[in-house]
Amino acid sequence: MVSVHRSHRVSLPALATASLVLVTLALALVFFVVPNDADQGFSQRIFYFHVSIAFTAYACFAGGAWKALVHLWKRDPRADLESYVAVHQGVIFGALVLITGSIWAKISWGHWWLWSEDQLVLFLVLFLFYCAYFMLRYSVDAGPQRANFSAVYALFGVVLIPVSFLAIRIAKSFIHPVVFTRSGPNFGGWMLAAYCVAQVAVLVLAYTLYRIELAGKRIDLRLRELRLA
Amino acid sequence: MTTAEKYVTAAYCAVFAVVLVYVVLIALKLQRLEREVDELERTGPKAAEGERETISVG
Repeated sequence: MVSVHRSHRVSLPALATASLVLVTLALALVFFVVPNDADQGFSQRIFYFHVSIAFTAYACFAGGAWKALVHLWKRDPRADLESYVAVHQGVIFGALVLITGSIWAKISWGHWWLWSEDQLVLFLVLFLFYCAYFMLRYSVDAGPQRANFSAVYALFGVVLIPVSFLAIRIAKSFIHPVVFTRSGPNFGGWMLAAYCVAQVAVLVLAYTLYRIELAGKRIDLRLRELRLA
Repeated sequence: MTTAEKYVTAAYCAVFAVVLVYVVLIALKLQRLEREVDELERTGPKAAEGERETISVG
């Protein structure tokens, strides 16, 4: 029997409580404290969660790739499962980026989607690439071969993260706003504070959901092994 | 409510809805796992007893 259990320092109830408190605090800051943006007005409030969710999606894909590397390096079955769950989280948060981004685009640009925008298209490519990860994973029978294929695929995808992130910085013309430049963020005061809280809140929420899904997957795996034993 | 307010509300509701659906799906899965554990608990000892009865001794 292969053990996929791994002990964690922070308990799930503590993480869930932290997520709830941080998300509530972030929402309170976004809707009751942060002033309206001079250029975009009220609609700019989508930014705080849209950007936080985008960075969280990148973090999940990067985490999935890291666990994939660990799996290929050490042949650790726990790492394969963790890589799978991280990629799954990345796809969920990636879908949220596309939804919130489309809504923001509709208010700001008058279009739900613009195919001429490199940043949008590259993020969609990254999202679809990781959606295809599940097609690959479930087209191969469970076992070391599936784990190896999935790990290699997850590792390849990580190349798209910097490309997607840097797309608006290397583009000659764009309408997607750039808020983080080499000289720092283009905003400060309460706006920066609200963004930082929202970013931490979304990261903690993602990690909580990751741990919950991972716990479920481990129980499922152990049950299957018990049935076979 | 202005158009911008409606869109911002829609964006945050979409985030909430997706997270909620995800949590519901995980909860349903955990319920299924709980049922399977119960089933295994019920059938496991019986199967073991059955096996013991069929083994010939001596």
